[in-house]
Amino acid sequence: MSKSIDVSDVNIYYGDFLAVQGVNMSIRAGAVTAFIGPSGCGKSTFLRSLNRMHEVIPGARVEGKIVVDGQDLYGPGVDPVAVRRQVGMVFQRPNPFPTMSIYDNVLAGLKLNAGKLKKSEADAVVEKSLRGANLWNEVKDRLNKPGMGLSGGQQQRLCIARAIAVEPQVLLMDEPCSALDPISTSAIEDLIHELKDEFTIVIVTHNMQQAARVSDDTGFFNLKATGEPGHLVEFNPTKKMFANPDDPSTEAYISGRFG
Amino acid sequence: MTAPTAEIEDQPADWASVRGGIGDRIFSGAALAAGLTILAALAGVFIFLLAKGATGFSKPAGVYGPHAESFLGYVFPLLVGTFTASIIALIIAVPLAFGIALVISHYAPKWLSAPVAFVIDLLAAVPSVVYGLWGAFFLAKKLVPMHDWLHATFGGWPILGALFGEPSTAGRTVLTAGIVLAIMILPIITAITREVFSRTPRLHEEAALALGATRWEMIRMTVFPYSRSGMVSAVMLGLGRALGETMAVTMVLSVGFDLSWNIIAQSSPTSIAANVALKYKERSADLLNVLVATGLVLFLLTFLVNFAARWVIGRSERRMAR
Repeated sequence: MSKSIDVSDVNIYYGDFLAVQGVNMSIRAGAVTAFIGPSGCGKSTFLRSLNRMHEVIPGARVEGKIVVDGQDLYGPGVDPVAVRRQVGMVFQRPNPFPTMSIYDNVLAGLKLNAGKLKKSEADAVVEKSLRGANLWNEVKDRLNKPGMGLSGGQQQRLCIARAIAVEPQVLLMDEPCSALDPISTSAIEDLIHELKDEFTIVIVTHNMQQAARVSDDTGFFNLKATGEPGHLVEFNPTKKMFANPDDPSTEAYISGRFG
Repeated sequence: MTAPTAEIEDQPADWASVRGGIGDRIFSGAALAAGLTILAALAGVFIFLLAKGATGFSKPAGVYGPHAESFLGYVFPLLVGTFTASIIALIIAVPLAFGIALVISHYAPKWLSAPVAFVIDLLAAVPSVVYGLWGAFFLAKKLVPMHDWLHATFGGWPILGALFGEPSTAGRTVLTAGIVLAIMILPIITAITREVFSRTPRLHEEAALALGATRWEMIRMTVFPYSRSGMVSAVMLGLGRALGETMAVTMVLSVGFDLSWNIIAQSSPTSIAANVALKYKERSADLLNVLVATGLVLFLLTFLVNFAARWVIGRSERRMAR
């Protein structure tokens, strides 16, 4: 089910402003790929271009090719809505739908795709997704309570359950733990390990230990200079990246001697 | 327990408010005064209506004449007229206003949405007497063919046919008054809903979009639930304006006293507010009391409608609040 992503010569703009320039990379199927780099270097922007969420901002656009499963996401006639159904996303801050119960939150995406579900099918999907997100045991007795009543870490796992309920090929995570405490963070990291069997996972993180812990490959983004666009400095297996990076600026960033 | 006390006693000056907090006190006093003023004004209006109108409920039958014999008989056609015109106005204005607000907040590009919003706001600046003149001398005539068409098309239908009976030849009907009212309440409903729609947290909108929602699905999943309370407020303000509007109804409607379902009839009962505007100059003390009493009825009913709407909203929100 998981798919690889091939990125070639991608430039990302906000209006006339070139935010990210000339990205080439190959994201492996069924692996976790982490993006690290200083704030404002374009790693989140690049992540959002992988499911066409970047263009939600007025004036924002993407040039180049991003190929998932043989299909260029930015090819003519490709519907961004269809892309987002195949490439799910989890955001920095947990964002369950405030007016929906836990149960309805999990099914929100599925109802868009499949229309009416039988009650038994819906129940099965909710249980499977919540189990998949390691949340089932905590919420199984209060599925009809609002999702906003959960703790921050639980809300984030609910958002992951909501994203995996539609069975996407790729799961994007934009700093999914930055608003969470260490215990919740650890729960999400364990979850990422389990999910990579089924999904290609791409995660943006500010926490280098986290990148080292959860990812198989790592991409380091940086600004060429202040006011210049961000670019991909180095893309390598995480082990190599943290032990023996190719680029001196990567080493400087990872070892904390940056800037 | 003694140690911290001792510390405080050592340096009492550090704990006293340095700037005295006078600004805070002035502001909180001013805010409280403003809030109380509103309540006092509302109470004052209510007491006035009650004091002046109480006797209006039970005058000798002659005062209510020539078309009614009791207060109930007098006020009921007016109530029907008020609510028919207002409901027609809401039916037309609410979907239109929500649609315009959505276009401005979520569909139109910036260069288009700003001028559209401005033009809609301008509608609110037109005095109601202008709408009245326009409705009575221009729109009414133009709507005569529509009245005929409505009668010809729906007149024979069950239930619906009752609304579209024998059409007026002048077009000065409840329907026309409702349409003019709809245009008058459009800006306030649009302005408020536009504001609440655009306040929907980006986080929620993106959550829906990232799940593969189309723009309309995103609006249904996030914008409407988030804005529900504001949408009701907007409709209530619009309804309040429609219920209380005098000039447009006074000038457009050809007043009659026969109660009927026909909203395109030659003449129809006017609204409470328009009736007060028409009659208060007669200066008969008895009639004045009756007019104030009808005002009291309108006041209480508006209150009731507002409370009912709040209760409906509150119920669904309480249900989600654990």
